[in-house]
Amino acid sequence: MAESILAVQALRKSFGALAATDGVDLDLREGETHAIIGPNGAGKTTLIGQLAGNLRPDSGSIRFAGEDITHLSAPQRARRGFARSFQITSIYRDFTALDNVALAVQAHAGHSFRFWRAAREERALRDPARVVLEEVGLGARADVLAANLAHGEQRQLEVAMALATRPRLLLLDEPVAGMGLEESERMVQFLSGLKGRQTIILVEHDMDAVFTLADRISVLVYGRIIASGAPEEVRANAEVRRAYLGEEA
Amino acid sequence: MRARTLILAACVLLLLAVPPLATVFNQPYYIDLLRRVLIFGIAAVSLNLILGYGGLVSFGHAAYLGVGAYSVGILAFYGIHNGWLQWAVAIVASALVALLIGAISVRTRGIYFIMITLAFTQMLYYLGVSVEEFGGDDGMRLKVKSQFSGLVDLGDPVTYYYVVLALLLACMYLVHRLVNSRFGRVIRAAKSNEARTRAIGFSPYPYQLVAFVIAGAMCGLAGALLANHTAYITPAFMDWTRSGEIMFMVILGGMGSIPGPALGAFALLIVEDQLAGWTQHWQVIFGPLLVLSVLFFKRGLAGLLPGGGKDG
Ligand SMILES: Nc1ncnc2c1ncn2[C@@H]1O[C@H](COP(=O)(O)OP(=O)(O)OP(=O)(O)O)[C@@H](O)[C@H]1O
Ligand SMILES: [Mg+2]
Repeated sequence: MAESILAVQALRKSFGALAATDGVDLDLREGETHAIIGPNGAGKTTLIGQLAGNLRPDSGSIRFAGEDITHLSAPQRARRGFARSFQITSIYRDFTALDNVALAVQAHAGHSFRFWRAAREERALRDPARVVLEEVGLGARADVLAANLAHGEQRQLEVAMALATRPRLLLLDEPVAGMGLEESERMVQFLSGLKGRQTIILVEHDMDAVFTLADRISVLVYGRIIASGAPEEVRANAEVRRAYLGEEA
Repeated sequence: MRARTLILAACVLLLLAVPPLATVFNQPYYIDLLRRVLIFGIAAVSLNLILGYGGLVSFGHAAYLGVGAYSVGILAFYGIHNGWLQWAVAIVASALVALLIGAISVRTRGIYFIMITLAFTQMLYYLGVSVEEFGGDDGMRLKVKSQFSGLVDLGDPVTYYYVVLALLLACMYLVHRLVNSRFGRVIRAAKSNEARTRAIGFSPYPYQLVAFVIAGAMCGLAGALLANHTAYITPAFMDWTRSGEIMFMVILGGMGSIPGPALGAFALLIVEDQLAGWTQHWQVIFGPLLVLSVLFFKRGLAGLLPGGGKDG
């Protein structure tokens, strides 16, 4: 078995009386796609938030590549190799698609206390950004204002920004939500192309996407992981069927 | 884009022509008025760096006007009239004050940021009022203008006008370079979407703080210019209404545009001047006019230029 790159232990986070994360353990192997599924309000986004560093857990620990990162901020984690997409698309709407991605490249190209040279003319930023845009299929839309991209394209752009940071761990919160069938298929196809070379945590409601992409699946219900394993195991698990897949056992 | 460049070039030519025209028509008052416009243009350009590009709604920018002016005034009070030194002190002192205020305020957001920047400026205002040695409430006269090794004589209104114009253009160029650099892209990104900016790995705070300090330093220079312009320095330079005026120049002229703040300074001060000459109760007309202009020109005056209201 490959060494685990991410190790989450006994993570807890409450909002008032509501335990949104209620003792979550999670182990991620390098290169795997690990899906987290669960009903609405199960705490998936809250978990991603704690992994990415946007939310502070109440207790528990997160280790990444052998280092305890529980108390690191989101930018600190990003610089160690975390990248995320948000459930609600989060991009620079008033920047062009290329500028969006170039910023992600810039964030990982040393400090930005450079005051004089025009960043838009720096090939060291533009060229890698263009490559990633091509990869996600937005090459032809590089100079379009992000606000003017279609919804599906904006989701692609967000993934492009995450990838442009050359992440060691990619956190995707419902990447195909709100997409049309065709767009969603294209995204799934693209993500499956990353399989093996990119470690991914994938939160997704679309079960076709999940069963196509995931190497392992964890099922989160009321802040707890009730089942975790290979896709077939999880599909066969009676408790999961009752709690989530909505079938009578 | 070409038309925009032509219009802006024409504006610069007109500004260059103000002193000869004013002399020909025997209206020296206009040299004085436009010089005031240009000085406030520098203040507005500096605020635009953090407000228009950085999204930091500083409601205390007049503080640096005051620090810059008092730096000149206090040095002159002690018999130091060397302009190089005075202006350098004005810039450095303003930068330090901005560093102090910024270190505390830049981490806060929204209404807290506005209130903290306002509160610090009020403190400086009352400091100015309370120090009797430098005139207290009444302020102090600048008996000798800044001396520049005999190179330029600020006592000559036309020379001084061109000095201010050159400095305004230099500041606009500086801001243009800054906002398009890597540094500028970080502060603009943080304004556009802070969560995304942190998620890709930037900690915006140090960049925003540096922008805050640069803006303060630049406004400190405007303060040094203002002291020489009025030859009189009073705490009123730091009045909160003054901060509001500078902010209004930026909004009226066009946030996040390079020529916008200067256009805003021009529009605000010229209209104010005309109305004041026309009726005593000019503020009654002025207020609604300001509100209407904001509602009407969403992108500011710069938005009326070909090419739109944004630069960079
Ligand atoms: N900031 C917050 N303050 C209070 N309650 C919150 C907060 N964020 C989330 N919650 C609550 O925590 C629970 C988990 O929310 P979360 O968004 O993590 O669920 P989710 O699994 O991502 O749901 P969905 O599938 O709808 O995206 C929900 O009951 C939600 O209302
Ligand atoms: Mg969610």
